[in-house]
Amino acid sequence: MPDAATTFEVREHSEQIRVIGIKGDITAGSEDVLMDAYARASGDGVRAIVLSFTELDYMNSGGIGLLVTLLVRAQRQRQRVLAFGLSDHYRQIFELTRLDEAVGIHDSEEEALAAAR
Amino acid sequence: MNEQSEQQAAARDAASWAKSVSHLNVSEVPEGALNLNVEGRRLASPIQGFGKMWQKTYQVRLPSERVSASEVIVTWKQRFPDFWPDGNRFYAPLTGIEPGEVALLNMTLPGRMKLSTGVMVLYADEESFTLMTPQGHMFAGWITFSATELDGETVAQAQVLMRASDPIYEVGLALGGHRQEDRFWEHTLTGLAAAFEQEVEVDTQVVCVDRKRQWSKWRNVWHSAAIRSTLHTLGAPGRIARNWLRQS
Repeated sequence: MPDAATTFEVREHSEQIRVIGIKGDITAGSEDVLMDAYARASGDGVRAIVLSFTELDYMNSGGIGLLVTLLVRAQRQRQRVLAFGLSDHYRQIFELTRLDEAVGIHDSEEEALAAAR
Repeated sequence: MNEQSEQQAAARDAASWAKSVSHLNVSEVPEGALNLNVEGRRLASPIQGFGKMWQKTYQVRLPSERVSASEVIVTWKQRFPDFWPDGNRFYAPLTGIEPGEVALLNMTLPGRMKLSTGVMVLYADEESFTLMTPQGHMFAGWITFSATELDGETVAQAQVLMRASDPIYEVGLALGGHRQEDRFWEHTLTGLAAAFEQEVEVDTQVVCVDRKRQWSKWRNVWHSAAIRSTLHTLGAPGRIARNWLRQS
């Protein structure tokens, strides 16, 4: 079921780097909007996708599954995936699910962008 | 959302997820179960797996005027082992399907090979629950069981996101393992529907999310629960003889 409360805003930081701002909830119902945001973010020459979690309200295990799928798509395009703005709770979830081994996690947008360059 | 409701939502969210653990710990081993491949193991997501990445979705549709989504999840959690096919055993944790609990499993693989493994409850709330596999399990990933009400129907769903853990399991999946897994979850969902006196067809959808194998993960074979379970079985006569000699 689509989650109307969720929005994914795509920002162009540079030719190689795009930022996807996640606002609301990420659940299995967010698949279409998240993959649409990734498609908009992922143009020719994009080498890094930076996910902003500063406005994330809630994420369940279906949402983590979607992030794994996004990661696979990005890896296919030889893009790195980075993240910032995760609360301590969701940092722990990334560690628990070992998503942190494939997604670079940073404290701030500046750090994530610096790492993406 | 005001501050109080935000705090309530955060607390509910935190309560639904397992606490972070580096290695699994089995608090109690039920009679008949074997804690050979779970204690001390790390969890393994599809990122750590070897084979192609698959998303498999199994669904049954029940009339929502007879069965609500919350009833489905309550029943599924309470009677989870009852719906498994013969020859496979899920040793439910004493506290039930709760976040962070570890369950031991005895499975039968193609060729009647026995395998002892386990799962951890990664996430559980009133609408869904997710089980995640440890290193050595035949697949690296998780399976989410959920129920939603949509257009007068309650849709009960099991969705697997996984890669075969190592090259041997990858071959096994290609040689009948996928079909066996499909039958396994179709049997489970048929049993769940039967618990509500419904006879329904299972809708199965299989998507290959990533066709690439992660060759850098071939070393996962060292953790293989299948190999360790087989060696354990082959060593049984020796253990019996040693115990007998010790006692006499």
